[in-house]
Parts: sequence; structure tokens; C-alpha cells
Amino acid sequence: MINIFNYIDRESPIHRMTGAAKLVALIFLTLAAMITYDTRMLVVMPLFSIGLFAVSRIRFQDVSFLLTFTLIFMVLNNILVFVFAPQHGVSIYGTRHVLLVLTSRYTITAEQLFYHLNLILKYLCTIPVVLLFVSTTNPSEFAASLNRIGIKYSIAYSVALALRYIPDIQKEYHEISQAQQARGIEMSKKENLVHRLKSASAILIPLIMSSMDRIETISNAMELRGFGKNKKRTWYMGRKFRISDILAMVFSVAVFLFALYLNYRNGSRFWNPFM
Amino acid sequence: MSEPILAFEHFGFQYDAQASPTLYDINLTVSRGEKILIAGPSGCGKSTLAHCINGLIPFSYPGEATGSVTIKGRETKKMGLFEISRSVGTVLQDSDGQFIGLTVAEDIAFALENDAIGEPDLHQRVLKAARAVNIQDFLKHAPGELSGGQKQRVALAGVMVEDVDLLLFDEPLANLDPATGKQAIELIDQLHRETGAAVVIIEHRLEDVLYRHVDRVVLMSSGRIITDCSPDELLSSNSLTEHGIREPLYITALKYAGVEITPEMQPWNIDTIQLSQDEKNRVQQWFNAQPAPSEDTENPVLLEAGDIHFAYRNGRKALKGLGCQIRQGEFLAIAGTNGAGKSTFAKVICGFERPQQGKLLFRGQDLSEFSIKERADHIGYVMQNPNQMISKVMIFDEVALGLRTRGVEESMIRERVEEALKICGLWPFRNWPVSALSYGQKKRVTIASILVLKPEIILLDEPTAGQDYRHYTEIMDFLTQLNHLGITVVVITHDMHLMLEYSHRSLVFSEGNIIADADAATVLTDQQVIQAANLKETSLYQLAEKCGIQDGTGFVRRFINYERECIRP
Repeated sequence: MINIFNYIDRESPIHRMTGAAKLVALIFLTLAAMITYDTRMLVVMPLFSIGLFAVSRIRFQDVSFLLTFTLIFMVLNNILVFVFAPQHGVSIYGTRHVLLVLTSRYTITAEQLFYHLNLILKYLCTIPVVLLFVSTTNPSEFAASLNRIGIKYSIAYSVALALRYIPDIQKEYHEISQAQQARGIEMSKKENLVHRLKSASAILIPLIMSSMDRIETISNAMELRGFGKNKKRTWYMGRKFRISDILAMVFSVAVFLFALYLNYRNGSRFWNPFM
Repeated sequence: MSEPILAFEHFGFQYDAQASPTLYDINLTVSRGEKILIAGPSGCGKSTLAHCINGLIPFSYPGEATGSVTIKGRETKKMGLFEISRSVGTVLQDSDGQFIGLTVAEDIAFALENDAIGEPDLHQRVLKAARAVNIQDFLKHAPGELSGGQKQRVALAGVMVEDVDLLLFDEPLANLDPATGKQAIELIDQLHRETGAAVVIIEHRLEDVLYRHVDRVVLMSSGRIITDCSPDELLSSNSLTEHGIREPLYITALKYAGVEITPEMQPWNIDTIQLSQDEKNRVQQWFNAQPAPSEDTENPVLLEAGDIHFAYRNGRKALKGLGCQIRQGEFLAIAGTNGAGKSTFAKVICGFERPQQGKLLFRGQDLSEFSIKERADHIGYVMQNPNQMISKVMIFDEVALGLRTRGVEESMIRERVEEALKICGLWPFRNWPVSALSYGQKKRVTIASILVLKPEIILLDEPTAGQDYRHYTEIMDFLTQLNHLGITVVVITHDMHLMLEYSHRSLVFSEGNIIADADAATVLTDQQVIQAANLKETSLYQLAEKCGIQDGTGFVRRFINYERECIRP
């Protein structure tokens, strides 16, 4: 079964960090990678991210599904950029070094290739940190640390609760769809769209109805055990912020500020080796 | 008499949405350390009574109350739900649905977290509660990795962690197999003795609860308390059968034999009941007077499975060379523990899963070439919870769905739907919306929606799970009727009564294989099979032993035959 959070329980410094610290670090590192096109920085950051991977003791094959998925997305993104804006690099960097002429529109230039290199590097900066976040963060601990950084616990808890129920609902969806297929509901791609939407309702309506039953049970169970009693609650999986958490957050903010500084010094988001 | 924990005085309750009260003039006191069973048919108000004890009434379900309910002398309506939950710990019926945490430890910790208990108390108290129910080795496990019994242990630990004065169990046996149910009753008994908390069990499976001692049984019917007495006194009267509750089978058998039950006999448990020589003789005489049931004639084989191997994608082997035959017109029960392969076998027959090896023949034809839809024309599959199948607003459309997807002509559809509705007793409701029906009626709708395809075999997954005796009887009698119409009925079940009373033959699954293939009386008196499949020996067998009847299996068989022929013709 595909688990979205895909938490892999291992012993490592990254695992020991709190989810909130990791989230803050993830946000600022991603922002940094998003705002800058300075190739020098974009070369250093992936090296750093991959270094973190080694520290976390998560292996690439552990996250192969998500990794493949994002890499495919990266390739698609690049192809689309080239198809729709084959001269984008030229307009950014202001020079035109032709390497190969396919058609007059699709002329391959050094500037365009350099632009694509930057795009790929940006992906390589963010993919490893995102994968690390989802695979080293215990969802319950994450909910606890969301609460710690000021999010209301009822909202933070709903994150954990949703994760608790996703496998159950997946299983139920599977069972309902099998039983409905037996009654002749076709879910295959042979049918047209309207028909398939109708078929989907034959599965979704029972799924929603039985989920409503679930919700009533769970909300009674939670209330009977005092959920919502106090303004504050403690968390079994909660952890205190430690030096490493604070360091990680400070570091990621610093990286972000450095990216801003680079933009300022370069006079634009792009670092231009052609001028 | 020690201090009362809970007291109802002239209490009545009416839900806002309902036209008449659900509870009338309830007077009930539960003292510290008492253990009480509340029994009664569905709709008698026992669940409402439970809500009144744990505070869901009046705080979550609005309505009008008269009289008073007090916990340790204080009116509950002045206490608030959270304060009540500190005195009353509730274990709900659905041990899966009430599992809140992502892991066992977090679930046990839930109440403490809400009380803002900090470290190191939090971890220590969780561990202590986990040890009390012997689940400490599973603290890091997710709910999906636990068995039904283990989930219930977690639920228990989750309420015990708060040191409550009263433990309330709402149908604790509903989703458990017989052996696990027995362990649950033992565990409740053990906790009752160790903690000194009062225990209130709401359950209609009387015989199973009385496996351990209870102080009093409160019998409810139509919103009123009918009797409130010791189990010995209750079993000596006829109140149970009058109000739609199943008597323990050994009591029924003694009554058939003409033995009068008195409180002095200590009839509450088969191990304690005292029978005089004269009474034993009567049972023997009754046994000898019953004709031996005739052997069933062998019908032609409808479905044949041979050497079926199936493993899920995660590598778990669910079926290991399983083989069996299903004969035309049979009423077959499939029993076994969770994970024994019962549901997988059903999925393989219906084509939802493809076996890696083995043959499956229907009337001698190879089924592997049939699609799911084609198989459904011969083998109908009914899921456990009717809400999992119903997707249309109107009953007629719901039943017609399978025919419409098969492109049957509308006039033909009308004819066949009407026929199915008549068979299922739903004809008066044909123009109603599904939402207006009761659970049992919805179940019939799902059965009708399968019958309309005119299958030769109908396969039902746990058709009576969570149903009380009356609804159970209603559903089972209906299935028997279908069976008499010539439809082969296959039922997957944990329920031993169902196997005994309704099935012609039982297949017992264990670890992906069939370990017994015989009539229920044989299966339920075979110690080895009982152990392997988490079943329980029927008390009829113990009664036979007690009365010196050598052929215990024969006694069970004659008892069932007598009931089928003489009591429910």
C-alpha cells in the first residue's frame, strides 16, 4: 500500500530532529532554491542535500517511488519549457550562441541549454530535502511539533488522524470497487468519460456513507476520552526543541537570506556567464 | 451495601428527533465494585442507557430528560462530558473505529494527552496500563497490524489509564470470534477484580458474558427495565425468551427435556449448574426419544476448488493448496480465525483476486476464463456492511443497478426487480428511499440487488455481525427461505449459533487450508478444530457429558434437529 508520508523509522541525527524544525528548514531551503538562478549556488545546494541523505541513512531505493515520480516530472517540465519557449534562455541572458539548428523556431542555443541546466539543478536542490522530510518525520511527532510552533492542536491533530485513516479508507475503497464491479460497474478505460463518472459514483457514495459512520464513532470516542477538554494538551510523541533544531532553522534562514543577497548583487535572479 | 457510583431515579429520555420517549421510568443503582450485565433486544433502549451513563446524553445527543442520573451523587447534566469521562471509561462496540492513535502507545496515551499530563508521567502511565492488559510488546504497532482481540485490549488500556470508577462496555463481543470473546470476558473479569471499578456490560450474547460471574443482570425491553436480578433467578424464569434474548443453549436443552430450572441449581454457568440424578435421567430419556437425524442426500457438485494457492503482493500466503466442493442447494458455513483465508477464498471465487495456482470449476466449467462480471451472473457476493454497497437513492434503482449495467430491457428489469423485492419482503417499500430503512432492511436490499441477477450461489460475508438475536433470526430465516427456493447459500461467519442452527455443513479454515469439513455438530465438539480455528465448544456438549451421554456430538445433532423440526418449522 502506498503511504503518502512514507515514514521510515531509522536512527539518525535527521530523525532525531523535530518535525517543525524540519518543516521550517524545508520551507526556507526550497524558497532559496526557488528564488535564485545563480548557478554557483545551485551547484553547491544539491551536494549539500545529497550529503544530508547520507547522514539520514535513508537509501535511495527506500524512496524510489517518489524519486522516480519527481524525476519524471522534472523531465516533463523541461520538455514543455523547450517546446513552448525555445528561446527563453536567449531573452534572459541577452546573447545568442547557436549550437544546432533544427527549425528556425527550435534552434538550440547555449543560453537555452544553460537555462535548462539551472532548472534541473533547482529540482536537484529541492527533491532530496522534500524526500528526506517525508521519510524521516513521524506523522504524530509532526502533529505535535506543529502544535508547538503555534498551530491549534485540533488542527494539528487532524493531520495525524487523517494519516491514521488513509490506509483504512484505501482498503475500503478497494473492497467496494470489487463488489460493485461484480454488479457490472465498469471502471476500465474502455468506457467513455460520462460513463466512468457515473461508475465512480457507485463506489464513492458507499465510501462516503460508510466514512460518515466512521466519523460519528471516532468523534464520540475522542470526546469520551476528553479531546478538547483543555486549551493545551501534551503529546506522547512530542519532543523538545534541541540545539540541532535551532541550528538547522537558523542555517536554512541564512541560506535563504544569502540567496536574496545574491539576487541583489547580481542585479537579477540570474547569474550570467555569457556577458 | 457500599457506596453507589451510578444511580438512575425515575429517569426517562426522549430524543429531539423522535416522537416518543426511548426510556421510561428507569430505576437502577450500581455500587462500587459491582459487575452488571444489561441485556435486551435492539431498540430496547440499552444503547441510549449507555449514552446516559457516559454523558453523550445530554451533551452530544440532544433530547428531553426527566428524573435524575447521578454519578457519585452528582447530577450528570451539571457535570459536563469531560468530568464524567474521568469517572466513567467507555469501551465502544467497534474496537477498530475507536482506535484514534497512529500506534498502540499513542492510542493509550490519548486521554492523558488531553489532560495535559507531562513527561515522565505520560510514558510511565501508558506503560503501566499496557502491562495491565498485556499489550506492552506492541506499543509501536499500528492498528492495522493488530488482531480484533488486541485492538480491544488497547481500547481497554486507553480507558483504564485514567483510573475510572466505572467501566462501561458497549457490546464488547460484537466483532470478536468465539475464543477471543471468551478471552475478552476473562480480561474484563480480571480487571474488575484488580481495579475494584464497577463494571457495566451491555450485550445481548448472554451465554458468552456469563462465562464469568456477574452480580446482576438487568433485562430491558421497549425502553423499560423488565427485571433486575441475579443471573440464577433470571435463568429460572421465562423472561429471556419472552423478550427476544437467546437463552444459554444448555438451559434451552434442559427445558426441552422437561427439567425445571431453579435458582438453587446455580444455572448461570454450565460448570456450576447442579443436576440431580433424576434430572440427568430426564435429559438422557429426551436424547433417546429423539430420532437420529437422517443423512443428507448428496446433490451434484456446483463449485469445485482444487489446490488453490494464492499470495498477496506483499508476499503473505493466504491460501495454500486449498480444495473443497460446494454442492447444489447447500447451506454452507465457512469459519476460521481472521487471516485464515476465508475472505480471500471468497475473493478468489468471485474473481476479485486471481490465484497463482489451482483450478476452479463451476458446473465443471473452468472459471478462470470468466470475468468478474460474468462470474457474478452465477455467484453473488454480499458485503458485510450494507452501507458499503448501496449507491442509489431509491430502493428500486438500487436493486435494478446490476440489470441496467447488463443492458437488460426496462420492462424485463421491472419484472425481475419486483420479483426480487417480493422475495425479500421489500415489496411494500418499493418506492421508498433507501435511507428510510433500518439496518436489517438495508441488508435485504443488498441481498435483493444480488438476487436480481439470479445467481445459483449467494456468498455472504458475516451477514449477522453486530446484529441482536431478533435481527439475526430475521436475516437467517430469510436466508433459509432463499435456500429452500434452491439457491445455494455460503456464509462466512464467526457465529457458532449460526453454524449450528442453520448450516448443513461447515468448512473450517486455518492458515490457508481447510482443517475440517463436516456438519457443525461434529466441528463444534472437536477439540483440535476448536482450538485451531478460535472457536468454542458448545455448552450442549458439556451438558451431554454432565448427564453421562456418551455421544455428545449426537446429542448436539439431535438438539438442532429438534429445534429445526419442532420449534421453528
